[in-house]
Amino acid sequence: MSLMQEFGQRALDRGVPLSVQLDVTYRCNERCIHCYLDHDDHGEMTIAEIRDVLDQLADAGVFFLTLSGGEVFMRRDFFDIVEYARSLMFCVKIKTNAFMIGEEEARRLHELMVQDVQVSIYSHRAEVHDAITLLPGSLKRTVEGIRRLRAQGVKVIVANVLMMQNLGDYSGVIQLAEDLGAEYTIDPTITPMMDGDRNVLRLGLGVPQLQDVFRNSDLVGDVDEFCAPPPAMHEDVLRELPCSAGHTACYISPYGDLYPCVQFPLPSGNVRSQKFMDIWLHSEQLNDVRSITAADLPVCSGCGHVGSCSRCPGLAYMEGSMRGPSTQDCQKSYARTGIESANMRLKKAGSASPGLVQIAALLS
Amino acid sequence: MRSVYISRATSVAARSLDGEMMIMSARDSTLFTLNPAGTIIWQSADGKMPLAEIVKQKICVEFDADPAEALEDAEQFVSDLASHGILVVSDSPITQPELHSKTVTRGS
Ligand SMILES: C[S@@+](CC[C@H](N)C(=O)[O-])C[C@H]1O[C@@H](n2cnc3c(N)ncnc32)[C@H](O)[C@@H]1O
Ligand code: SF4
Ligand code: SF4
Repeated sequence: MSLMQEFGQRALDRGVPLSVQLDVTYRCNERCIHCYLDHDDHGEMTIAEIRDVLDQLADAGVFFLTLSGGEVFMRRDFFDIVEYARSLMFCVKIKTNAFMIGEEEARRLHELMVQDVQVSIYSHRAEVHDAITLLPGSLKRTVEGIRRLRAQGVKVIVANVLMMQNLGDYSGVIQLAEDLGAEYTIDPTITPMMDGDRNVLRLGLGVPQLQDVFRNSDLVGDVDEFCAPPPAMHEDVLRELPCSAGHTACYISPYGDLYPCVQFPLPSGNVRSQKFMDIWLHSEQLNDVRSITAADLPVCSGCGHVGSCSRCPGLAYMEGSMRGPSTQDCQKSYARTGIESANMRLKKAGSASPGLVQIAALLS
Repeated sequence: MRSVYISRATSVAARSLDGEMMIMSARDSTLFTLNPAGTIIWQSADGKMPLAEIVKQKICVEFDADPAEALEDAEQFVSDLASHGILVVSDSPITQPELHSKTVTRGS
């Protein structure tokens, strides 16, 4: 077990929130076609409120603090936030589009010893990237921002979210990241809007595209291993916890709302009216999330993929139930292994009913 | 004997988890963990109190250790951490930039 895993286990045993993502604003200079956010300002926390929250997070034992948005540099006081967070000795990570990172910003991020900066790039071709961000010139500016960070020695991770618009370009983005001296991470999942609107999902990859991605050894390493059929079900699997959301991690919005994760917008409290630790320890919603093991999942517990599936409880929640399957993860399990999920079989059985098909056709 | 003063490097990330410090070096992202004695030394590293005093007043009291042996161990520990850029060592008191002192004792 690595030291990090050991810390993770210890935090889990003690109920310590090891990692928190704090979005400091939802405002943004870009208008990405897939973005899950509403960019209007509905009353962001002030710097004083954020400082108080950071004090409380340090008290609670939070080590990793991810500052994201929206676009963090839309806040004029962003460096005050980073400075305060570093004075509290958080391991600070930042997510940004890097459009507004000039020499001065890069220098300060280096001086403040930010752990890493994750920057979104959708394509190495400006016409593709800029058509996603809807901001002309954005790829050029983003790459310049990354160059400045790298010149200061700041660690950069290029994050490449895949959708139909940029599917063919990931090799170009990998090469660009390499040229910039940055790490690279890929995310093949488009998530619904935070308010539940699922329209953006139409931009996401389908099974054939996922199959291509999952069979590329540059992305997944050992393809045979990655795409192997799930191992025979084992008792231990059913006792496993889904992910760190709500267990050792949580998310705080610019308005103080606390959720288990940015992708799991289950309202669990608000740090403007409650103490962070009160929410963390006593929120009914967080305790509900914590009580779930794989055995409690009505569909997934009977699915052969359950031990190896990337099932996201947040996506399941947005689909209707945090104990339900997540169709996008079913698709991924299927694209990897070619084996249908329990959820897919159920849906097929449901839609095979001639009566239902008839009614749907009549209504539409 | 010449006094040694120690101060926490401001470049690291650090938090106490269950009574033990976890520290990440900003230089190379290496993660460290300090045992309870190391944690006490880290938390006392204010640049003002000489290492020998920290050992005498805190380590020996807490762990009922032999002062000479404990000091030798502490010197080795301090030089290890200094070589990773986690502690700053000096033969005169060190003025620390503003760090919120509460942080180093928090979260346990
Ligand atoms: C919300 S942004 C905030 C940080 C910064 N503005 C940026 O774009 O990198 C964080 C990440 O979420 C991704 N993202 C936004 N909407 C998404 C969606 N609907 N599905 C999946 N990822 C999404 C972005 O591409 C980006 O990599
Ligand atoms: S830059 Fe980030 S926050 Fe802004 S619209 Fe794009 S994905 Fe959303
Ligand atoms: S493949 Fe679908 S049904 Fe099976 S475990 Fe994953 S989310 Fe659940």
